[in-house]
Amino acid sequence: MDLGKILIDAGRAAVGVPAAVYALSAIGLNLQFGYTGLLNFGHVASMLVGAYGLAITVDQGGSMWLGIVVGLILAVLLGLLMGVPTLRLRADYLAIVTIAVGEILRLVVRSRFAAPLTNALSGIQGFADSFYDLNPIPVGQYGIGTFRFDERLTFVLLVGWGLVGLTTLLIRRLTRSPWGRVIRAIREDEDAARSLGKNVFAYKLQSLMVGSAIGGLAGIVLAIAQQNVGPDNYLPLLTFYAFTIVIVGGPGTLRGPIIGSVIFWFVFSFFDGFMTGAVTEGWFGDLLDATDIGPIRFALFGVVLMWLMTYRPQGIFGKREELLIADGR
Amino acid sequence: MRTGALRRTLSGALAVGAFFVLLAPGAQAQEESTSIGGTLEKIDGDQREPVAGVRVVVSQDGVEIGAAVSDGDGTWSVPVPAAGIYQVEIDVDSLPDGVDLTDPERSILPDVSVREGRPKVIRFALGPGTASRVDQYDRIGGLLVIGLKFGAIIALSSIGLSLVFGVTGLVNFAHGDIVTLGAVLAFFLNASPLGPEWHILLAAVPAILLAAGLGGAQELALWRPLRRRRTGLVSLIVISIGLSFAIRYLILVVFSGLPRPFANYVIQDNIDVLGIPTVPKNLVIIGFTVAALAAVGVFLQRTKLGTAMRAVSDNSDLAESSGIDVQRVILATWVIGAGLAALAGIMFGISEQVQWDMGFKLLLLIFAAVILGGLGTAFGAMVGGFVIGVAVEMSTLWVPTEFKTVVALGILVVMLLVRPQGLLGSRERVG
Amino acid sequence: MAAERFSLEGVAAVPGVPKPDPVVVIDDLGRAFGGIQAVDVAHLEVQRGTITSLIGPNGAGKTTLFNVLTGFDRPQHGRWQLNGGPLVGIPAFRVARLGMVRTFQLTKSLARLTVLENLMVAAKDQVGESFWGSLFGNWRPIEAANEDKALASLERFGLRHMAGEYAGGLSGGQRKLLEMARALMVDPEVVMLDEPTAGVNPALTQSLLEHIKNLRRDGMTVVFIEHDMDVVQEISDWVICMSQGRLIAEGPPGEVARNPSVIDAYLGKHHGEIT
Repeated sequence: MDLGKILIDAGRAAVGVPAAVYALSAIGLNLQFGYTGLLNFGHVASMLVGAYGLAITVDQGGSMWLGIVVGLILAVLLGLLMGVPTLRLRADYLAIVTIAVGEILRLVVRSRFAAPLTNALSGIQGFADSFYDLNPIPVGQYGIGTFRFDERLTFVLLVGWGLVGLTTLLIRRLTRSPWGRVIRAIREDEDAARSLGKNVFAYKLQSLMVGSAIGGLAGIVLAIAQQNVGPDNYLPLLTFYAFTIVIVGGPGTLRGPIIGSVIFWFVFSFFDGFMTGAVTEGWFGDLLDATDIGPIRFALFGVVLMWLMTYRPQGIFGKREELLIADGR
Repeated sequence: MRTGALRRTLSGALAVGAFFVLLAPGAQAQEESTSIGGTLEKIDGDQREPVAGVRVVVSQDGVEIGAAVSDGDGTWSVPVPAAGIYQVEIDVDSLPDGVDLTDPERSILPDVSVREGRPKVIRFALGPGTASRVDQYDRIGGLLVIGLKFGAIIALSSIGLSLVFGVTGLVNFAHGDIVTLGAVLAFFLNASPLGPEWHILLAAVPAILLAAGLGGAQELALWRPLRRRRTGLVSLIVISIGLSFAIRYLILVVFSGLPRPFANYVIQDNIDVLGIPTVPKNLVIIGFTVAALAAVGVFLQRTKLGTAMRAVSDNSDLAESSGIDVQRVILATWVIGAGLAALAGIMFGISEQVQWDMGFKLLLLIFAAVILGGLGTAFGAMVGGFVIGVAVEMSTLWVPTEFKTVVALGILVVMLLVRPQGLLGSRERVG
Repeated sequence: MAAERFSLEGVAAVPGVPKPDPVVVIDDLGRAFGGIQAVDVAHLEVQRGTITSLIGPNGAGKTTLFNVLTGFDRPQHGRWQLNGGPLVGIPAFRVARLGMVRTFQLTKSLARLTVLENLMVAAKDQVGESFWGSLFGNWRPIEAANEDKALASLERFGLRHMAGEYAGGLSGGQRKLLEMARALMVDPEVVMLDEPTAGVNPALTQSLLEHIKNLRRDGMTVVFIEHDMDVVQEISDWVICMSQGRLIAEGPPGEVARNPSVIDAYLGKHHGEIT
């Protein structure tokens, strides 16, 4: 087992496209969950809507830029649509409804009924060419040693992580302003915020819409990177990835989603690489084979999530004192 | 969500396929290959007639893998490169005149799972054509029966979730996996070569008891300590999701991804009840589940523990000051809820097959049922379960089958808009 | 300086009696839970610029009344108004903006915000609190002004030294003070305090009472739910007694204390608890 190679692969994964995409997704979710306290279990839907908005627009003859705008607008509208009926409900009801809405969207996009627009199961391809046409980076490999990417991937990574940086700056501005303070107050106690004259519903809706827009951006980046959109790429599983990343990094912090995503993908890739090597070398004898690695990874992921929420819900960057004071809400 | 009808068709087809593979030496050449195939026959009353010249296309993730044209016997076969999930589509335009799919919406099968080295048998039901020939009464009646059976299973699964929510305020996202657990435990006692291979009815008992015990263990080892630490609602929900992942994927590792049936009651012949064609196990499941639900109802109304559970559910502070040991009631609720879920899982397994994520797939429908009926009330869960089951199945009369789950989820969303406390719930719990 | 107060001299001690200058008027208010009538008030007026205490045995409906008046709960029927403006169907946050602010029986400090932030968030009319305003508006000057105001308030309440601490780390009594200081940042006209002295040590109680008197001095109307009869006697201009949802007595503190129906209501509850 080549531990060096496994580590390098994990390193590539930690800064790769999924890491950037999930950092974006987590930044959006962090605003909703980390700062405002909203249990949006349908977050993957914003990624789906952003991605499909882009893909369908281009497929129907529009430009890529138009497609990106459409995708973002749809994502914002999704936030509005999800929020208006549900934000008056308690956290657990919100969780159930958001997961339901996410699944409804995925099933509709997947259906033969919508196929003329969405191409159902097969999805849409070939909408990302304009992006790669813009690539200013000359052909070649960039990086050190085996840690390198070609010019297309490098471009995508630069754009992706660049967007991560920009959205973080946006969130920073928002959360350090009085608006952000009201949002945090709502997270602490909605009724207290109301008693001080704050329109809690409107703030929650705004948080949901902005977070959803950022999720849509994540979906767009993913779509461009994969040059493909398909309904089964947007399962509820992805929402839980995003939640884990937000929690690992620290809900309600600025660096949390970014570092959380990097760590998440590093561990994900390292685990897979390590276990594949271990199984191949027969460490587990007949008990496990290669197809078991994925499920074990998910099972462990569940256990880690449980452990995190119990013993370190403030994640890496969250403040310990905040944990000590969190109410029994 | 696979429909009961499709599952039965596939398991029926698998059994038929297995039969042919074992007893038809001429099929030797196909035996060893990884492939998808079948026989296309037009069924008109008692007449069966092979249909030739029909094109069937196999794809994976939007890429076409292969295609075949049915021969004079109506047989077709497409080899595939490896085990996995494929999409199989019948080219409706290649059907000859006078032959149509009996269900025009079912021209694509999106989730065909193929095992290494084994041909997967697919059946496309073909008939003489226009819908007017299909007996509407039969169809509606058949759907109603399936809907009631499905609804019964959902109802049984939902009670546990609703009751646990009632007494602890927790929506347990891992509940679906307890349903699966019940079926899997019963499977090992029943159909696994590693186990005692008891009849399913015998195997069910220890499986249910074990699952109920695990439910109690969950409360004692996990939820009670968390409540003592005054962990917030949001954290508890996320923890239950982590638990759901852990249980579900451990089951996947142990049980593997293939759906497998119990050893008994797999294939049954159609019987006629009030002119509606159905299989006996559907009726048995409905009957048995209704009896179980009635027993639960009696328990909640007439016994001391049941009344205590309802009291704690209504107002735990009041119940405590009346002298009820709330912690004991909570434990009892977890045990009973898990036991009922396991029973539902076994019923589900008898009705269809046992699969690692069967309960998880049910979870959204369970949510729809409890929200419809009212989170926190057992009777709400029962009513909600039946309504969802029937609505989902009968909706296929108007709506393409691929939208069945959407129907249930749509009911869920509408309910939350219009009457969030559900049909039988109380207003205060909600917002 | 306090506006000239209409005195409550000569107002009869009868439940539902009209007041010379009412700031809040309630008519035919009914709120039921299941089969139980939690609030059933035919008519009630609160005199502007006074300290009125709301007493009554547990379960009398006092907090429910607060909840309904301030928009946190909806009655089955009834009308009520603030300064002549109707409040029926107005959501809680708007009621607060209109000038009627309430505190909670179990203090709701915004635990993971600092003490200073708790007050800052309460300030009214902040450009920076709107979404676009936070991104593009010039909110720093207003923020600085609010900070001065907040620090001054903390100084008055003796919490200045805790300004940078998380509110969740405060003691119970300090939280009561914080909640009161916070409510005042909203510049309310009517302050509804739900058991402001519950669980507070005697020294701090005195301090709280001084603050309440200052509210009156500054022209605000105070209504507070209280169980401690000494407190009631000490600072109230007027007392209202509820029992089982109904108004059973109102008047100057001394008279209400001697009112036989009031005594009955309290003793009667006692009897119920003994059996």
